[in-house]
Amino acid sequence: MAFLEVKDLQVYFPVKGGIFNRTVDHIKAVDGVSFEMEQGKTYGLVGESGSGKSTTGRAIIGLEEITSGQVLFDGKDITDKKTKNKAFRKDVQMIFQDPYSSLNPRKRVLDIVAEPLRNFEKLSKFEERKRVQELLDIVNVSPDSIFKYPHEFSGGQRQRIGVARAIALKPKLIIADEPVSALDVSVQAQVLNFLQEIQKELNLTYLFISHDLGVVKHMCDNISIMYKGRYVEQGSTKDIFENPQHIYTKRLIAAIPDINPRNREKQFEFRKEVADEYRKSFNHYFDSNGLAFALQSISDTHKVALPEKG
Amino acid sequence: MSNELLKIKNLKTSFRIGDEYYAAVDDVTLTLNKNEVLGIVGESGSGKSALAFSIMRLHTRAKIEGEISLNNQNIVQMSKSKLNKIRGDEMAMIFQDPLTALNPLMPIGRQIEETLFLHNKKLGQQGRKERAIELLNLVGILRAERVYEQFPHELSGGMRQRVIIAIAIANDPELLIADEPTTALDVTIQAQILDLIRELKEKIHAGIILITHDLGVVAEMADRVAVMYAGQVVEIAPVDRLFENPLHPYTKSLLNSVPTEGQDRLHVIQGVVPTLKNLPRTGCRFAERIPWVDASHHEDNPTLHEVESGHFVRCTCYEHFYFPDNKEELENGIS
Repeated sequence: MAFLEVKDLQVYFPVKGGIFNRTVDHIKAVDGVSFEMEQGKTYGLVGESGSGKSTTGRAIIGLEEITSGQVLFDGKDITDKKTKNKAFRKDVQMIFQDPYSSLNPRKRVLDIVAEPLRNFEKLSKFEERKRVQELLDIVNVSPDSIFKYPHEFSGGQRQRIGVARAIALKPKLIIADEPVSALDVSVQAQVLNFLQEIQKELNLTYLFISHDLGVVKHMCDNISIMYKGRYVEQGSTKDIFENPQHIYTKRLIAAIPDINPRNREKQFEFRKEVADEYRKSFNHYFDSNGLAFALQSISDTHKVALPEKG
Repeated sequence: MSNELLKIKNLKTSFRIGDEYYAAVDDVTLTLNKNEVLGIVGESGSGKSALAFSIMRLHTRAKIEGEISLNNQNIVQMSKSKLNKIRGDEMAMIFQDPLTALNPLMPIGRQIEETLFLHNKKLGQQGRKERAIELLNLVGILRAERVYEQFPHELSGGMRQRVIIAIAIANDPELLIADEPTTALDVTIQAQILDLIRELKEKIHAGIILITHDLGVVAEMADRVAVMYAGQVVEIAPVDRLFENPLHPYTKSLLNSVPTEGQDRLHVIQGVVPTLKNLPRTGCRFAERIPWVDASHHEDNPTLHEVESGHFVRCTCYEHFYFPDNKEELENGIS
């Protein structure tokens, strides 16, 4: 049994219009996404803005209403309101993208980190403070700073406070929605290292949502590429980077700036080739609506969205 | 040198906090040649945008000391009316955020025509419209006639950034300052915009200052790179030398913190970038973030040393710098 299983997830947003503000159309933000996750691993979800990657993450944790499909967590369907119980809310936590807007500016660090504890665990004031200090210690923020407010911290520190809040209840799954894209490289390194460390300690599973392929490559065991609400390719990190099959994946990989200036010309050529191929073979890889086909397995770990007959 | 476009000498830009002035850009000396891309890298708070704004004289309350000369005209002492003549004409800027840099109430076409109108009175109304559409085509916007009439909110982020580039190059500037031009964009769009800037460089022969925190972008675009830390240039070198043989501890640390092949742990620079008020004003400004390097290796008054042709490094601590092994690093704590 998979740890988390998502079956044919669809999230549609209604488009209102017309005379009585009726629903005239839907935007298919997530359009039939299925995947499985195993405990203790990191799964990357990559795509451009508007591809539906954040919506997928938010739908799993219950921040978006699911149109259809199932999310099974430890074998229990959590899309059903009756079984979406407290345990699930405790086991799945989220780290948000922007450390400047995801912490309430009017709350002290103590209140921010203690909020999940207050919701789920009945602790005395003293115990609560002790736990918060322990958590801050784990994320390397000085435990003396529990009475400070978010504006007194730097971006990296704030993001780590967000992480402290996420791990307060010892969750099993953390959905990290672009956790480092608002940070400088050196701070980014700090947060990434740290996420890896606590993963080992707590046997955490991550769903790592990002548009930065370099970071995803560094962090993840398994990567999915998303385009317009559908998966175009799914596979181990090695599959995706060494043997990309879908033209969209190739295009994303080609777009990563190479850090070695000597490869500059080669990289331009490569990018041009891929861009040409993308233009020429667009109809081969996408259906008449410009959407990806259904995924087909090409090896044990590797799935690509290709038309029925290849 | 006739090829020299921009010359900055001992530039110091200070802001007033309370009753005192604090320098955000301190003792920066740079030159930019025609047809050259100079990359400026650094973290937030290193003064790279403050430097760009000083060159454009966009700071309203800052105290600017030193010398900035563009084609032998001193910008620091220039009058407002003269500045308005050269801004948008001889020098232009591409801003970071395509969302806020455009006027939401004005059609795209009129925003481009505004710069044309201000600097080229001879062009008639019809001429301006033609030029605006030509510019939109030049920056790779399809259906330029339609976009000409549209408003910013109708365009995507990548398209807006193209419009901003169109405005910046409207009068064929000699100096183009791009302040994080692709930070707000997706990677594929970023690749397109960078390609565009590269193409334009060939076409308009401008000198470009490219400000970014993305080392990959610098590696792809720049001819020379200046690394800034705490308001100072700590290293400046031709791009391949900088990536092959980085010398300053800050440059090395920065390069080491980018995820690359076969790296288990990323390098973390100890401590945080000091705030403007708490900047160490004497000695090596990076010293407190590499405490394992003995104090005697730092200079009292660090200056730029030329180590090879065109490659300058500030302070002598680079000769003694090493990365502590993981254990030591862990003991010192991550933050």
